[in-house]
Amino acid sequence: MNQEIITQLDNATKRHDLPVFHPGDRVRVSVTIREAGKERTQMFEGDVIRIRGSNAGRTFTVRKISNGVGVERTFPVESPNVTALEVIRENKVRRAKLYFLRDLRGKAARLKERDRRSH
Amino acid sequence: MTASRMGLLGRKVGMTRIFLEDGTVVPVTVIKAGPCPVVRTKLASGKDRYNAVVVAFEPVRPKVVRRPELSYFQQHQLPPHRYLREFRTQDAPEATAGDVLKVTMFGANEIVDVTGKRKGRGFQGVMKRHGFHGLPGSHGTKLKDRHPGSIGACAYPARVFPGKRMAGRMGADVVTTRGLRVVGVKEEENLLLIRGAVPGPSGGLVIVRKR
Repeated sequence: MNQEIITQLDNATKRHDLPVFHPGDRVRVSVTIREAGKERTQMFEGDVIRIRGSNAGRTFTVRKISNGVGVERTFPVESPNVTALEVIRENKVRRAKLYFLRDLRGKAARLKERDRRSH
Repeated sequence: MTASRMGLLGRKVGMTRIFLEDGTVVPVTVIKAGPCPVVRTKLASGKDRYNAVVVAFEPVRPKVVRRPELSYFQQHQLPPHRYLREFRTQDAPEATAGDVLKVTMFGANEIVDVTGKRKGRGFQGVMKRHGFHGLPGSHGTKLKDRHPGSIGACAYPARVFPGKRMAGRMGADVVTTRGLRVVGVKEEENLLLIRGAVPGPSGGLVIVRKR
């Protein structure tokens, strides 16, 4: 009963503008960056290696290789700084947490594309 | 004590988070507080000799409350409630019997104190219970790296002083967290959103006080 109240509260402010995405998907995230009093939008493109949490506490982690270095960013799904998200490619993965990608590089770190989910 | 320390009884619902427009995350505790009917007031000028407001919280079946309390509620023409608590006030209380205290007595950004019974931790050692440092992890320490060390002198005083901090039952005591900020008030649902953590388990009784 207590958890229901929390879920209701969170649902009241829940966003519905993001498409459904899954671990393994390659996504392009638009992030608002505020610096020196200015506001701009930055893109972060990579594979979703983790989705965790529930309700307002839900976050996802995107991994990409930038100049040969692995970079991961974790975003709260409900954060107003995540202005848009686009699924570029859906990949076939067999687990929910793709931490094994951290140990792989180059060709070995590729994911196989899957048929588009219908939703 | 400040002028009026009126408050509300409530139940801790749990925690969640709120996002501000700039993306800042605010951790909030949700409290289902009130409505608390005022049962009666006590006056320093009357035979009670002090100022206070007696409030009730959480209506229950008549069977749940004790007989004397049941008749107490009947006397004051209220349905039986699970809890009866007093809030001491500096001056004669403004509320009168029959008033109902609600979450609207708090405003956004108001600073409050929240009292609750914190979770029991069972029998705990001296490091967790009192923050002792324990003994060194090496340099000859054997099997006693979480011990308290010496608890006193020898032939004089030949005893351990009362109040010496030792291992024992920890938690399940009443704790007040002071200076918490009210983030939101939801009147229809009787909910208060308070920044930060509040003592006790979800579902536990808490008292939210004005400062």
